[in-house]
Amino acid sequence: MSLFDLRLTDLHNKLAKKELSVSELTEASLKRIAETDEKIGAFLTLDEEGARKTAKRLDEHLASGGERGLLFGLPAGIKDNLVTEGLRTTCASRFLENYIPIYDATVVEKLRDAQAVTIGKLNMDEFAMGSSNENSAFKPVHNPWDLSCVPGGSSGGSAAAVAAGQVYFALGSDTGGSIRQPAAYCGVVGLKPTYGLVSRFGLVAFASSLDQVGPVTKNVEDAAYVLQTIAGHDPKDSTSANVEIPDYISALTGDVSGLRIGVPKEYMGEGVDPKVKACVLEALKTLESLGAVCEEVSLPHTEYAVAAYYLLASSEASSNLARFDGVRYGVRAKNAENLMDLYLRSRSEGFGPEVKRRIMLGTYALSSGYYDAYYLKAQKVRTLIKRDFDQVFEKFDLIAGPTTPTPAFKIGERISDPLTMYLNDILTIPVNLAGVPAISVPCGFADGLPVGLQIIGKPFGETAVLRAAHAFESHTDHHTRRPALV
Amino acid sequence: MPLNNYETVIGLEVHVELRTKTKIFCGCQVSFGAPPNTNTCPVCLGHPGVLPVLNRQAVEYAIKAALALNCKVPEWTQFARKNYFYPDLPKAYQISQSDSPIGEHGWIDIEVDGKTKRIGITRLHLEEDAGKLMHVEGGQASLVDFNRVGTPLIEIVSEPDIRSPEEAKAYLEKLKAIMQYCDVSDVKMEQGSLRCDANISLRPHGQTAFGTKTELKNMNSFRHVQRALEYEQLRQADILDSGGKIVQETRRWDEAKGITVSMRSKEDAHDYRYFPDPDLVRLHIDEEWKARIRATIPELPDARKKRYMEEYGLSSYDAGVLTSSKQLADLFEDSLKYTADAKAAANWIMGDLLAYLNANNLELEDVKVTGQGLGEMLQLIEKGTISNKIAKTVFKAMLETGKAPQQIVEEQGLVQISDEGAIRQIVDKVIAANPQSVEDYKNGKEKALGFLVGQVMRETKGKANPALVNQLLVERLKN
Repeated sequence: MSLFDLRLTDLHNKLAKKELSVSELTEASLKRIAETDEKIGAFLTLDEEGARKTAKRLDEHLASGGERGLLFGLPAGIKDNLVTEGLRTTCASRFLENYIPIYDATVVEKLRDAQAVTIGKLNMDEFAMGSSNENSAFKPVHNPWDLSCVPGGSSGGSAAAVAAGQVYFALGSDTGGSIRQPAAYCGVVGLKPTYGLVSRFGLVAFASSLDQVGPVTKNVEDAAYVLQTIAGHDPKDSTSANVEIPDYISALTGDVSGLRIGVPKEYMGEGVDPKVKACVLEALKTLESLGAVCEEVSLPHTEYAVAAYYLLASSEASSNLARFDGVRYGVRAKNAENLMDLYLRSRSEGFGPEVKRRIMLGTYALSSGYYDAYYLKAQKVRTLIKRDFDQVFEKFDLIAGPTTPTPAFKIGERISDPLTMYLNDILTIPVNLAGVPAISVPCGFADGLPVGLQIIGKPFGETAVLRAAHAFESHTDHHTRRPALV
Repeated sequence: MPLNNYETVIGLEVHVELRTKTKIFCGCQVSFGAPPNTNTCPVCLGHPGVLPVLNRQAVEYAIKAALALNCKVPEWTQFARKNYFYPDLPKAYQISQSDSPIGEHGWIDIEVDGKTKRIGITRLHLEEDAGKLMHVEGGQASLVDFNRVGTPLIEIVSEPDIRSPEEAKAYLEKLKAIMQYCDVSDVKMEQGSLRCDANISLRPHGQTAFGTKTELKNMNSFRHVQRALEYEQLRQADILDSGGKIVQETRRWDEAKGITVSMRSKEDAHDYRYFPDPDLVRLHIDEEWKARIRATIPELPDARKKRYMEEYGLSSYDAGVLTSSKQLADLFEDSLKYTADAKAAANWIMGDLLAYLNANNLELEDVKVTGQGLGEMLQLIEKGTISNKIAKTVFKAMLETGKAPQQIVEEQGLVQISDEGAIRQIVDKVIAANPQSVEDYKNGKEKALGFLVGQVMRETKGKANPALVNQLLVERLKN
């Protein structure tokens, strides 16, 4: 059993009793990465020197009687679209291959304040666009459960690193499922908070109205600790909500009796792998055995979600990524003949095919003459999807179903077929469009690959989501299984 | 005269920089003339991951300006992204407003040739400014200064209600005065805190449909705007007269050559792909906030002008000149705390003060005169301490030194001689020295008296009380 399989509180006890030092914990992380990452490819940048320095400082801090932060000493991986001052941040794009940020993302500051140890920056689909991590400009990430499979995406590096025991936890970002889908594929826990709960300041924007930062962890308890750390109003982010942050950790009571859970028929129908469905039905039974009440419900506009999402997310992305123009930072094409040539060449050289595809799609959707038919129509669909959720939540506390229609697929299997790839996100995308929170927890295996149960909550209803997920997890052992790596 | 065949239709787009201390979406200082790229941060440089946070003061200034221009301010307003690539625009989009601007449906009244005319204001919206490009000589490189990026701007778009270049100038002057009264901007065209683009088209008299318009840019003063419009209406009239068609395009005013030159045609126009900025939430403007801002709007030029005419009996023209700038009007009113002679105060401001400013190409803030100084000077005249003539010397010294009139009078020994005995001695001396003039006067040549008065004044270096000199001379000559 790895050190990282210890519960957070047990680990903290060991640290408190000096049975273990932060430096030892950090070395364990670095060693594990050295042993496994050639196969997995989770890390884009390792900050060994910085991590060791932080560890030493924290050990001294504890030795001199200092207080322990919530995430004291825990080795953390950070998705490479969260900027870290002085530490290369690439978004897995050639465009930012040598970009060193000049400030820290708010969540990065919060991790530091909670005394986590940043180990390095994690691989992802370029600019978070993708569901398989194959869109990384540098290297694909391999699923620790089956190296020939994708880890999911776009936070594939985050999920794989946690699943492979390289770090204690990781941060990811979720625009259409980018935390939950890889968490499901890699057999770990991934939480997408309510839109506005966690600051986006310093998260390199893909689709601003959908992006949220969230934790990727081995279990729900850890997810609660990380969320407790990163949630909260940020005056630097106008879209961050000024709400009181509940105590997520003490919300994990294990009590789900009487909890009403809606199971959308649209999430259990055609296109969902029977083996995935079986795992989810089993999971729902477990919840019912704990006193929850599960009932079929309908989210009737689900089928329009993917189309609306790709219009809205791409529209925002086309504008968000316009700043990568080669003028101030990132790739600047050599020998450009004039300004237009500089733009065209820098962007052509810097962006990969999927990013270019979405920029074109979004530019088109916002163009004069098409705006009403595409962007505006998609906004209307978004309103209807949100209403679907509102209506179910009038009668139900939570919504549950599979996180993905299938388990992880093979690397290379879908990369040339973007539409099939996009449909993979059909069960996670509606959650982003509605802005509500959702978690993916391991709920079994299909052909040796992990399956995720998705639990969706009301806006700012993270406590209910975490409580149900935690109760489920406490009565199952899927989350304790580890891939047989190395 | 080709213009006689057409009616000119002009609409103006004016950008006004708001005088906030910090930028509209970040904490960087707003300042003119700082060393390049010193007032910048990750947010205004458009680094990856940054987010805008709206400056409340900028919103309040924009609302104040909108209300002062009689605009309707909606309950909800929203920001939109205007997407285009240019090196002075770090995010490659400008945060501006599209569908729900802060102000709509406003108007201002202008006066041309003694007639008042109402010009509609289509909209007023809040947005961020871009940076500045500097082109290295020889065309080898361009440099970007991002200091100005994020300076809050309001764009004020007029209805196409303007019918002549003179009306355009009057509109700009009134707009500038209102912004100045509201104290929301420095409105200095030479520093770029007020900028103007113009749309102009011609149509045959009686036609309701608009003709094809051109957009004029690069006018750096109100005079340039007027000249560019004068040129452009002739250019268009010539084309129309010869059976040609106007090309819808953007044209640049070349001040040195006095012509407009084509910049880009309509086909090259950008599709800005406006959409609501997802980084900024919709802004709610409640009635209470609006009322609080409305209460800070001072008496505006039109109201003040009317009051000057009613309270002080000033002519429409005089009241108009005095209220054309807030500083001038404030100076006038300040002086009235020290003198009751409003007309005299007005005359000094409109005469000696404006003449001095014009002659020396100065602004009011460049000279040191105060309302108190002017008022006290008028007191000295009323009391007979100084003559009007001496006052001119005193006033000039006040403009240049800012000293109190009493002090100038004392330092330069300018006190008027009103001592009858002293003047009488000089009168006697002058009469003795000019028998011919005395003779002429006695023979009915009134002009000779003027000459003699002049001689007395000359002897006293202008300090003798002219009325007394006159009186004593006449007395002597009649005896």
